[in-house]
Amino acid sequence: MAVEGIGARALRKEDKRFITGKGKYTDDMTMPGMGYAAFVRSPHAHAKVKGIDASAALEMPGVDAVLTGDQLVGNGIGNLICGWMIHSKDGSPMKMGGWRALEPEIVRHVGQAVAVVVADTQAQARDAADAVVVDYEELPAVIDPLAALEAGAPQIHPEAEGNLIYDWEIGDEAATNAAFEKAAHVTRMEIHNNRLVPNAMEPRAALAGYDAAEEHYTLYTTSQNPHVARLVLSAFYNVAPENKLRVIAPDVGGGFGSKIYIYPEEMVCLWASKRVGRPIKWVSDRTEAFLTDAHGRDHRSEAELALDADNKILGLRVKTVANLGAYMSLFSSSVPTYLYATLLSGQYDIPAIHANVKTVYTNTTPVDAYRGAGRPEATYLLERIMETAAREVGLSPAEFRRKNFIRSFPHQTPVIMCYDAGDYDATLDAALKAADYDGFAARKAEAASRGKLRGIGLSCYIEACGIAPSAAVGSLGAGVGLWESAEVRVNPVGSIEVLTGSHSHGQGHETTFAQLISERFGLDTNAVSIVHGDTDKVQFGMGTYGSRSGAVGMSAIVKALDKVEAKAKKIAAHLMEASEGDIQIEGGELKVAGTDKKLTFTEVALAAYTAHNLPEGMEPGLKEGAFYDPTNFTFPAGTYVCEVEVDPDTGKTEVVNFVAADDFGNIINPMIVEGQVHGGITQGIGQALLENASYDENGQLLTASYMDYCMPRADDVPSYNLSTHVTACPGNPLGMKGCGEAGAIGSPPAVINAITDAIGDNNLSMPASPEKVWALYHAGLKQAAE
Amino acid sequence: MSKVSMVLNGKTVSADVEDRTLLVSFIRDVRGLTGTHVGCDTSQCGACVVHVNGKAVKSCTMLAAQADGADVVTLEGIGTADNLHPVQAAFREHHGLQCGFCTPGMIMTAVDMINRHGAGNLDEATIRHELEGNICRCTGYHNIVKAIKAASDQMAGMAQAAE
Repeated sequence: MAVEGIGARALRKEDKRFITGKGKYTDDMTMPGMGYAAFVRSPHAHAKVKGIDASAALEMPGVDAVLTGDQLVGNGIGNLICGWMIHSKDGSPMKMGGWRALEPEIVRHVGQAVAVVVADTQAQARDAADAVVVDYEELPAVIDPLAALEAGAPQIHPEAEGNLIYDWEIGDEAATNAAFEKAAHVTRMEIHNNRLVPNAMEPRAALAGYDAAEEHYTLYTTSQNPHVARLVLSAFYNVAPENKLRVIAPDVGGGFGSKIYIYPEEMVCLWASKRVGRPIKWVSDRTEAFLTDAHGRDHRSEAELALDADNKILGLRVKTVANLGAYMSLFSSSVPTYLYATLLSGQYDIPAIHANVKTVYTNTTPVDAYRGAGRPEATYLLERIMETAAREVGLSPAEFRRKNFIRSFPHQTPVIMCYDAGDYDATLDAALKAADYDGFAARKAEAASRGKLRGIGLSCYIEACGIAPSAAVGSLGAGVGLWESAEVRVNPVGSIEVLTGSHSHGQGHETTFAQLISERFGLDTNAVSIVHGDTDKVQFGMGTYGSRSGAVGMSAIVKALDKVEAKAKKIAAHLMEASEGDIQIEGGELKVAGTDKKLTFTEVALAAYTAHNLPEGMEPGLKEGAFYDPTNFTFPAGTYVCEVEVDPDTGKTEVVNFVAADDFGNIINPMIVEGQVHGGITQGIGQALLENASYDENGQLLTASYMDYCMPRADDVPSYNLSTHVTACPGNPLGMKGCGEAGAIGSPPAVINAITDAIGDNNLSMPASPEKVWALYHAGLKQAAE
Repeated sequence: MSKVSMVLNGKTVSADVEDRTLLVSFIRDVRGLTGTHVGCDTSQCGACVVHVNGKAVKSCTMLAAQADGADVVTLEGIGTADNLHPVQAAFREHHGLQCGFCTPGMIMTAVDMINRHGAGNLDEATIRHELEGNICRCTGYHNIVKAIKAASDQMAGMAQAAE
C-alpha cells in the first residue's frame, strides 16, 4: 500500500478476502441454534387460496412451525408498499393494491409465498414445504401488459380498475403536436424493451434473530441499503421500532438494483424468528430468485420523431405501457416516469417532447429498477429512432446526431432535466476514431467476401445520476430524501475510519473512498478503513443505487473531511504558534508555510485526544460528520459504437468490436471505473442478444433457471475498447458524475443498430436471437426477390 | 446417514452425513469452509467449482459420498493472504473481481485450465471458451480473461526460471 490519491489505479483493498475465500456473505453467517426457512409458493399465476393444510408437514422431522398469512396479518405485520407517489394526468393518485408478505387470500403471480416452514435444517424445511397442501381455486390470469388494459381482462387488484395503476404524462402535448404538424419528415417505430432478471450471482438471503430479553432483532441480509431496509421494516411493516432492529448487509454479491427492495422473505424471517423463538436463515435458490427478485424493463412503446427539412429535430412523441407485474415494488412507480421520460431528450436539442406512460398490473413477478432503471428504456427508444431516422433521410447516423447535439450549458430540456455540463462532440469523435468508423465500408466488404453480414451501430446516451436532490424528488413524489451521510473518525494515533451510508456490493468503495482520504491528508490508504453496511455502526444512509455513491456518498465524505481538516489546522496552528491560514497539509504533515515548522498528522490527532493543549474553548477529539444533499442530478454521457457480424445462414450475431467513450466527470480510480463499464456493457449486450424473461400464457415463467435464461458468458462478448473524456460536474465538490450504469444504458441500442444495419431491416426487437435475426433477414431477401 | 472421509485442503476429515448431502454442503456447512459458493443449484454458474482428485468439479452437483476417499481442494487450499497462488494474485492485479461471489469458482476453474493446457499456452479465445461453465455478472469477463492470461504467462515464466 501507499499514498494513492485521486486518479490512482489503486488495487482494491477488499480483494484479499475475496480471492482467498474469506469474504463474509449473508449465507456464511450463523447464529447459535438457528433453523432454516423454506417458503411454500404458488404454482398458479392467479388463484384463490381456499385452505392450507400443514398437518403432514408439521409431523415431519425437525419441523418447528408452519406459518401462514393469517398469522402474519394477525400479528399486525403491515403490507409491502411502493414508496414513490405518482399522480395520473387527471390528478388522481396511483392505484396501489395490497401486498402481504404471506398471502392469505389471493395469489397473483407464480412463486408468491403463502406459507413458511421453519425446521432444523434447510433440507428438512424444503421437504416439509413440499408437504404443505394448499387448496387453490384458479382464476383467469393476464400476462401481457397490453391485454391487461383491454376491456374484460381479468381484474388483478380491486384497487386498480382495469389493471391501470396510473396514466401519467410529461411535456407539452400541444406544442409537440404542433411540431409534428409542421414536420418535413416523421419517423415512427414500435419499440419494446424486453423484461430482464437482474441475476446478481449471490442469491438473496436473510438471517434473522430475536433477543427476547432485549426485545431486539438482528437481521443479516443481502441489501444495497440496510438503513432503508430498517426504516421500511420499522415504519411501514411494523416488524420492530428502529432502535430495536439492527440490519447488517455484510459482503453482498452484486445487486444491480434487485437488492434495493425489502422483500417478503426477509420480513417473514424477522417476524418468524420471534414467533418461533429461534434465529432463522433463508437462502434463495436460483429458481426462487427468478420468480421473486424484482424484474427489470418490460416497456411497450410507440415513438414518433419529427424533423424539419434540414433534418433538425422538431419534436418527439412517445406512448409507453410499462408492466409493473403483480404488485408495486418499492420504487417501481418512479422507474417508468421520472427515471425514464425525463431522459427522452437524450443528447439532443429537442424543442418539444410529450410522453404518456401507463403502468399496468399483470400476473407476473413485480418489476422495479434494474441497472439503469428507466434510463436504458429511454436511451434504447431514442437511439433506435435516431438511427432509423438518419437511415430514412439518408444521413450518416453520426452526422445526424451531431447536427442535433446540445452545445450550450446549462441546457433546460422540455422534460424537467437541466443538463449542467457535457461535450457530446468530444465523446462522439473519440468513439468514431477508436472504432475506425470511416474504415467500416472496407471491413463490410471484407466480411461479405467471407459470406458474413457486417453492421455498425451507434448510441449516444445520457443518463441522470447522483440521485438526487431531496426537495426535488420529494416534489416529484419520493417518500424519502436522497442525500448521503458520512462520518470521519480520526483515531488518536492518526489512523482513520470513515463511516458511510453508501453500501459496496462490488463497487470497491473500501478502496476509492480511502483514496479520498489518502489524497487529502497524504496518508497511506492502509491507515484508512471504510465502515459501511451496519445500522449499528453507521447512523444513517440511503445506500447504493443510481450511480450515486461517488457523486453523493463521496461528497458527504468530502464535507466531513473539510471539517476535520479545519479543526486539525486550528490545532496545528495553536501548537506551532502560527496563523491558521498558514497551515498546509502535505505528505501526512501539517506545515507552517515558508518555515520548517511541522507536525505529523499523528501528532495533531494525538493532541486532539490528549487535549492537554488545545485552543481556548475547543472540544477534544477529531471526529466530524456531514450530510450531503445533491444540488442537481449529474449527467454522465457518451457514445458507444458496436460492430457485429451476422451469419446469414444461422442468424447468429457476433459482436466483433465494441467501443465506449464516456464522460463520467472526474474519476477517482480509473481501474474500478473501467470495470464498471465492462460489466455494464456486458449486461447490455446480454439484453440485446440473449436475455429475456419469458412467460407462457398461463403465467408460468419459462426462463426460471440458467438452463433457460441465457446469461452472457465469456465467449458471448469481446474485450472492450474504452476511453473517458472529462467535463467536470459543476454540481458537487469532486466534479463526479457516476459510472455504474452507463454501460447497461448505452449498449443495447448500439448492438441492435449494428444488427439492423447488417441485415437491412430496422424492425428488430430484443433479444436479437439467431432465429429472429435469420427470419427478418430472409423475409427481406424474399421480399426483394418478389 | 453415511460416514464420508476425504482429504480436504491437505487435511483428512470425516463426518456422518445424510446420504443426499452435496459436496458443497459438506464443504460449507459441515466443514465451515465458506469460500465455495452456491449460485444456481443446476451446475450452470460455476461459483461452486472445487478440485476433486485434481479435476475441476461443480460441487453443487456431486454428492459428498461420491467424494469419499478423494483429494478435494477448495479456494482456501490453494493460497493464503500472505502467500497467494499466482492466479489469486493476478485476479487482484487485473481487477478480475468485483462483488467476489463468482470469484472462488473462477479462480479454481482458471487453475484447472492452466493445469490442463500448460502454463503459457492460453490465448484469449481459448480462455473465453474454457470459461463457458462460469458466470460472472459484474466484470463482463474482460478483466477475468486478462487475469487468467497474465497468470498463465507468469506461471510459464516461473516454471522456466525453475528449470
